[in-house]
Amino acid sequence: MVPLLLIFIPVISGLLTFFLKNGNAAKNWSLVASVITLAVGLYGVFGSQNLSCNVEWLPVLGARFSVMLDGMGKMLTLLTAISFPIVFAATYNNQYKNTNAFYGLMLLTQAGLMGVFVAGDALLFYFFWELALIPVYFLCSIWGGEKRIAVTFKFFIYTFVGSLLMLVGILYLYNLTPNHTFAIESFYALKLTAAQQNIAFWLFFIAFAIKMPIFPLHTWQPDAYEQSPTSVTMILSGVMAKMGIFAVIRWLVPIFPLATEKFGSIIIILSVFGMLYASLIAIKQDDIKRLIAYSSIGHIGLMCAAIFAMKGIGLQGVMVQMFNHGINVIGLWIVANAIQQQLGTRKFSELGGLAQKAPILAILLMVMAFANIALPLTNAFVGEFLMFNGLFQYNIWLATIAGISIILAAVYTLNMVQKVFYGNTTTKTENATDITGNVQLILIVLVVVVIGFGIYPQPLINLTKDVVIAINP
Amino acid sequence: MPIQYYIYLALALFSIGVVGVLTRRNAIIIFMCVELMLNATNLLLVAFSKMHHGAALVADKASMVGIDGQLFVFFIMVVAAAEVSVGLAIIVMMYRNTHSVDVNFLNRLKN
Amino acid sequence: MQTIKILLAFIVLWPLVGFLVNGLGRNFRSKKMTALYGCGQILGSFLASIYVFFLVKENGSQVATYFDFINVGTLKIPMSFQIDQLSSLFILIITGVGFLIHVYSTSYMRDEEPKHYARYFAYLNLFIFSMLLLVLGANYVIMFIGWEGVGLCSYLLIGFWFKNDNYNYAAKKAFIMNRIGDLGFLLAVFYLINKLGTVTYIDVFARVGELSSQDITIITALLFVGAMGKSAQLPLYTWLPDAMAGPTPVSALIHAATMVTAGIYMIARSNILYTMAPGTQGFIAIIGLATALFAATIALKQNDIKKVLAYSTVSQLGYMFLGLGVGAYTGAVFHVMTHAFFKALLFLGAGSVIHAMHHEQDIRKMGGLKKFMPITNITFLLGCLAIAGVPPFSGFFSKDEILAAAFEKNPILYYLGVAGALMTTFYMFRLYAMTFLGKFRGTNDQEHHLHESPSAITIPLIILAILATVGGFIGIPEVFATNSHWLEQWLAPIFEGSKALVEVHAVNHSQELLMMGVVTGLVLITIMFTWNKFSKYEEKNIEETGFVKVLENKWYVDELYDAIIVKPLDGLAVFFKNIFEKSGIDGTVNGVGRLVNYSSRQLRLVQSGQVGNYILIMVLSIIVIIFIWINDATIFRFISKIF
Repeated sequence: MVPLLLIFIPVISGLLTFFLKNGNAAKNWSLVASVITLAVGLYGVFGSQNLSCNVEWLPVLGARFSVMLDGMGKMLTLLTAISFPIVFAATYNNQYKNTNAFYGLMLLTQAGLMGVFVAGDALLFYFFWELALIPVYFLCSIWGGEKRIAVTFKFFIYTFVGSLLMLVGILYLYNLTPNHTFAIESFYALKLTAAQQNIAFWLFFIAFAIKMPIFPLHTWQPDAYEQSPTSVTMILSGVMAKMGIFAVIRWLVPIFPLATEKFGSIIIILSVFGMLYASLIAIKQDDIKRLIAYSSIGHIGLMCAAIFAMKGIGLQGVMVQMFNHGINVIGLWIVANAIQQQLGTRKFSELGGLAQKAPILAILLMVMAFANIALPLTNAFVGEFLMFNGLFQYNIWLATIAGISIILAAVYTLNMVQKVFYGNTTTKTENATDITGNVQLILIVLVVVVIGFGIYPQPLINLTKDVVIAINP
Repeated sequence: MPIQYYIYLALALFSIGVVGVLTRRNAIIIFMCVELMLNATNLLLVAFSKMHHGAALVADKASMVGIDGQLFVFFIMVVAAAEVSVGLAIIVMMYRNTHSVDVNFLNRLKN
Repeated sequence: MQTIKILLAFIVLWPLVGFLVNGLGRNFRSKKMTALYGCGQILGSFLASIYVFFLVKENGSQVATYFDFINVGTLKIPMSFQIDQLSSLFILIITGVGFLIHVYSTSYMRDEEPKHYARYFAYLNLFIFSMLLLVLGANYVIMFIGWEGVGLCSYLLIGFWFKNDNYNYAAKKAFIMNRIGDLGFLLAVFYLINKLGTVTYIDVFARVGELSSQDITIITALLFVGAMGKSAQLPLYTWLPDAMAGPTPVSALIHAATMVTAGIYMIARSNILYTMAPGTQGFIAIIGLATALFAATIALKQNDIKKVLAYSTVSQLGYMFLGLGVGAYTGAVFHVMTHAFFKALLFLGAGSVIHAMHHEQDIRKMGGLKKFMPITNITFLLGCLAIAGVPPFSGFFSKDEILAAAFEKNPILYYLGVAGALMTTFYMFRLYAMTFLGKFRGTNDQEHHLHESPSAITIPLIILAILATVGGFIGIPEVFATNSHWLEQWLAPIFEGSKALVEVHAVNHSQELLMMGVVTGLVLITIMFTWNKFSKYEEKNIEETGFVKVLENKWYVDELYDAIIVKPLDGLAVFFKNIFEKSGIDGTVNGVGRLVNYSSRQLRLVQSGQVGNYILIMVLSIIVIIFIWINDATIFRFISKIF
């Protein structure tokens, strides 16, 4: 019941939003709807026992509408459910043309994301995977920045190519199942030969790697993050990037154990190189959004490497980090959005001295920034600690090289803090004021989450422990 | 006569038809070549039909085996006649429009 | 058990409460309230620490576990504190010296606006919190939390005056250099987890036998990399002199007395591992000695009062590592303690001078401050005597213990160590003489405003001066009286494991006495020479040349790092950003797009509109299909092989 609600509340409220002609009404309605979803999500995590649903969907094909929530699903639906109200509230003052359509599409995206995280049937999974992509395409291409058309086109083609490869992979596996079904259990039960795995593995992995994104398939990402409206960027990097990670854990590793082991080293090397590469590029960025984008590539690279290291401790770290990275990166985007809305620029060269003008923003950003570089007692530390541990058990040298990104992360994050908040004010920042109440409130909530899970991460670990054991006993 | 002779003749006629269709630009000649190909097929149908029918008659005087081939020939002739009438009508329309029956003038779908 | 649990939580959390109250309430509170609160929290922790100290004296070492910080599979990292002889000593130093510096700060920072004043105390309290976490943690992860936490506070406090971009760069540099060390620390922790599955001190030290000697060498070396960063050893020391951008009390607390000694604490804590890794120990001794000498040479020619003290700190830390390297763990901890007293004293004295001189830090523009600031003068002089190692001041005992141990190991280490000690004497008395003796070289306006600092500044100075003077008596060497080395007896349980592993052959007493006498004599001669030379110092503007210029420019190490690390990395980043990413990867992606575009443009031409072409293609296709049909089996096998 709960997974169904998680999907259908956003779908229905999203469709309704299209018919609300008044922009503010659409805004408020979406906020309310997303809060209701959040309540259901919380209920799913803490209260409910009624966590799966399996009904006939397309009997001809053997596809069923099968949804379920395990620990990982709970955590990620919770992340999705938390993100949307936060995004809506933090960007409440942003103005859009056709407000109703914007919010409607946002809610549809949420439905797609929820569906991806709960789907227990490959075709259903594919369906939601696309459902999450298509509204985002429209959101970016209608409400994005100047170069939105070219950038969004690239984004769409890129991810769509990946999706199609995955569809081929799904059909391939479908034909191998004895009773022609898309159910995840029968996919898990497949005994694939090494040769079969080698092909199908890449069909799936490329789709997921594009979504995460992993070097060298990442070039759509900084452009798309930069050009999208910030609230969409928050969803893209906070939640959508986790789709890739999630899918690797749920749909790739358990189905193709042999190929995972065989290609693991290549993927880890790519990921680790990507971490350093993205971190180095981040140092040279002059735009807050691009900096966060590249920083995000670095963090995702670590998660991907930790998955393929296939150590229980590293996988546990990935689980924890999926949630925490979502929270942290959304926090950073909220700051970026607040700065852009108020000052009309995101360029470091035009900013400076904001700490004098907006001390509250400065403090809150500081916490977020230090969470971004995984300082202990912020939530990201636990995840990175466990992930590096897993990577270290896999190979000491790779872990050491990946560790350099810890240093580089400090470099670019502190660069950003310094250039935006410290020093003297510039012409642009002279008349800046502090952030508005809603943004303050949201950021404070995020900071509490960041520090709370930093000091006591055990709830997240307990929530996902079973999934880890199931994959890597 | 052995069946091979019929086959060689039909092949020759068919090839002439194909080459004619490919090389000529005059719509009427192309039509004639199409007819040639159809008739090459007809010839083969009749020849094989006769062959099978003849063989079957030896065993059974009242056998009907193989005559359906000749039946098809009639079908083809009927369809070809219909096709020719439509085709000629098109050629006439084409001539009215372009004052030519050269198919290379038909290189665009509009106008 | 329960008492100690509550007490430890109180000691650690009380400063955190101070941080929260002062930090969150910074806009609403008067300076007086802020100051009272900031100091009060630390005083509370200090008093509790004294009580805990006596509990430890009675009951020995104890571990207090609060909750599971990380509990994954077989790996359990509890949030727990270990209180024993070593950590109880350190918390006393941290809270005690910390409290004095808080008191000092109330006056030193009084010109700040209330909200920045509150911010300052909040950071300072947060620092104490992190530092306590560092020394009280019962496993390496908790230590690491404190380890990074003090780095954060150091960053925040160095960049306290954030309008000045140079300060911000210094803060950033400190944080990043520390992070390089932290990576080493972290890798050591991973290594331990990988090999032993635990990071809790007690378990690790008990099961150290399960590790091969190669493992131990790697672990200890990696931990030492962490110590290099935090305790400013070669080659990661350059952040510490730059860190002097922070307010002077911060330099005294963080960059002299407490944070920078974290590395020594960590190694003393893991002494059993280090004793079992003689290779690493030798390396530590060499690095320590090299740092001690290298930093001392730089300090000889510095003219900024705080820079001299900063390089002196680096140099003294080098001595402590030398002590650890030669197995004199007690000596190193002893020196940490005495150093905390006299270096804090010197920094605070310098702060008092800077305050009186209206933020002038160049000693060439000072001189003759003796008559204006009598208390500062006396206390500073006592500090100088202590650091120079003149008996019976505290520095004499601790430095002597380290040097004696070095002599047992290798006389060369000893002679070089003594050379360093003489340099120390030289630059410290140069500093003293140029600041306090002779005649005033500043402007008239400055001279007019010269005054002794208020009591909030002088009282901590006096207390520290007393400690710096008598602090050495807790560790009187065997030569003078048997069984009088209280500190050694106190710390004996911590180091007993190491002691059991190495034989100690003490230097015979007459030789030791002779060495002490010679060194003391040399030190006294140096003092007299420097005193005479620099009390008559006249400012002359001559461009220095040759070796002196190299020293003035700190051996050009910053420039070197810039050239071999920063610039190439920067270049690489630019290359990645502008060329590899744009033309390479994105170029490939866009190239694929362009290829599709191009080929579709070409393929479009096939659709020429020529009926003849269409028919030709049709016929050819039919032929191909027939051909396939005929060779059905072979071709399909061929195709299926392709896919």
